[in-house]
Amino acid sequence: MNQNQNHSILRTIDLDIGYSNKAKKTIIAEAINIEVNEGELVAVIGINGVGKSTFLRTLSGVQDALKGKVLVKNEQIQQIDSLELASLVSLVLTEQPISKNLSVFELVALGRQPYTNWIGRLGKNDLRQIKKSLQNVGIEDLQNKKCFELSDGQLQKVLIARAIAQNTPLVILDEPTTHLDLYHKAYVLKLLKKLTRKTNKAIVFASHEINLAIQLCDKIILMQESNVITGSPTGLLESGAFSTVFPEGLIVFDKATASFKINP
Amino acid sequence: MQSQKYVLPLLLLFLGVIFLGFLNISLGSVDIPLKDVFASILNLEVTKETWRYIIVEYRLPKAITAIITGSGLAISGLLMQTLFRNPLAGPYVLGLSSGASLGVAIVIMGASVFGRGFAGILLSQWSLVIASSFGSLLVLIAVMLASLKLRDTMAILIIGLMFASLTAAVVSVLSYFSPATQLQQYVFWSFGSLGDLSWDEVGILTMFWVVGIILAISCIKNLNTLLLGEKYAKSLGVSIQKNRFIIIIATSLLAGSITAFAGPIAFVGLAVPHLIRQIIPVNNHSILVPAVILGGAALMLICDIVAQMPGQEYTLPINAITSLIGAPVVIWLLVRKRKFLF
Repeated sequence: MNQNQNHSILRTIDLDIGYSNKAKKTIIAEAINIEVNEGELVAVIGINGVGKSTFLRTLSGVQDALKGKVLVKNEQIQQIDSLELASLVSLVLTEQPISKNLSVFELVALGRQPYTNWIGRLGKNDLRQIKKSLQNVGIEDLQNKKCFELSDGQLQKVLIARAIAQNTPLVILDEPTTHLDLYHKAYVLKLLKKLTRKTNKAIVFASHEINLAIQLCDKIILMQESNVITGSPTGLLESGAFSTVFPEGLIVFDKATASFKINP
Repeated sequence: MQSQKYVLPLLLLFLGVIFLGFLNISLGSVDIPLKDVFASILNLEVTKETWRYIIVEYRLPKAITAIITGSGLAISGLLMQTLFRNPLAGPYVLGLSSGASLGVAIVIMGASVFGRGFAGILLSQWSLVIASSFGSLLVLIAVMLASLKLRDTMAILIIGLMFASLTAAVVSVLSYFSPATQLQQYVFWSFGSLGDLSWDEVGILTMFWVVGIILAISCIKNLNTLLLGEKYAKSLGVSIQKNRFIIIIATSLLAGSITAFAGPIAFVGLAVPHLIRQIIPVNNHSILVPAVILGGAALMLICDIVAQMPGQEYTLPINAITSLIGAPVVIWLLVRKRKFLF
């Protein structure tokens, strides 16, 4: 038990997520208990609007929990100061107003911001970390290109490299495969898998690629209207959990091929 | 490592500003030999005592004012463009210039609307400076309150623009009821002017400038992080609200004080950051900030040289010249490179 606790990167205890204002609380999901350990690749899966983004925002400390706790390395996330949190959790987001005039190197180097001095000078260690993350993601040959010269798939890799350069034990990605073709979707997810093995980071991502997630992930967090189920892909397959992800009728889950089929 | 290749352009810009500064001082309606220009500055023997007076009491403070207004407005433009991640932002988006205009309009034109006694109290040497500072301050406080309440930075942009059109509307109503002479006085203020400042006023302006620039420099690292958008900046440990507060204070000090002393010269703030980004294709603020300071100073010195039309007695309105020179240059650079870098 104690041994296990040391490897736990992210844990939630009876977590309720949602929004609150003076008038009322809007609960999106209740009583979430998950645990993510070192070196695990975890997918958060659910239908549009079920609260994946809210969940990830709560996990990364951007949004407050309504009830319950989020523990990063056994410390409650709201009590960690913002600079220290930046050394524990890094994010990869989509559709941000990123300046496309930055070079790949400059963008990845911004991942070192929490560690640099007041004017952001890169030290030897920073340069080494940047180089290592460029290597790990396989984009060394892109480093002098400007971001406006990149394809969507390349840009996604650069954003992942930036998060890796931030050198945090936990990386959270919000839909890293949107706008990508099937090849690049598989490529990015395989890359995440490789990074968990190579760097021992825990990586949590929201995705609609159920098919790919089943093949690659160590754990899947299945968000549904009524409840949140966590388990290994095989465990969830056996329990038939995937068949209730989407409303009945239009598509059905085919257990044999582990994929969704359109109801004829 | 990567920044070393930008040392040369920065050095050239710096030398350019020094050269333009001397050129600016040596040119004017009265022809003064270069030897006597230097002699006046270095406090040596000068051929004519009136020349020394012209150089030291008129041209030198004017050149310094040009450098301060140009660099100060350009930096506030850069700060606003990065804070809002919007290439159309400039010092005017916070409504500061419009606040200042309202203050001045009330002082100049209010007399006819509110009665004679009102004007008697207000029309003194410092009244315009005080009125425009007060107007800027009022808008600033409103924007500040909004920025503390709002989570979305874009909403502040809209609020600033709303204040701008609100004050512009009040100014139009005042103009409508004002007699021609007062209207003319207001229009002259709105032309902007670099030449009317005494050394005391230059000193006060410099003080505001130094504080504003120091605040801007202290934000360089966070400005770079903002290039990724606020959400990423937050995840990198930047305190968004605190950073936004410092940037707004810096902009207000710079743009507010400059508008108070030199009139509403907003265009430089919008144009110079774009000019610099086209010339030096970099987005790292540790290079952009000094480049924009120097670029703003250089552009304003050039505009002032053109405005005073060497050898002529007339001085053209500086506000018109900045746009006349700056706008075609920005258009030309954008069309030539065919790529908008932001």
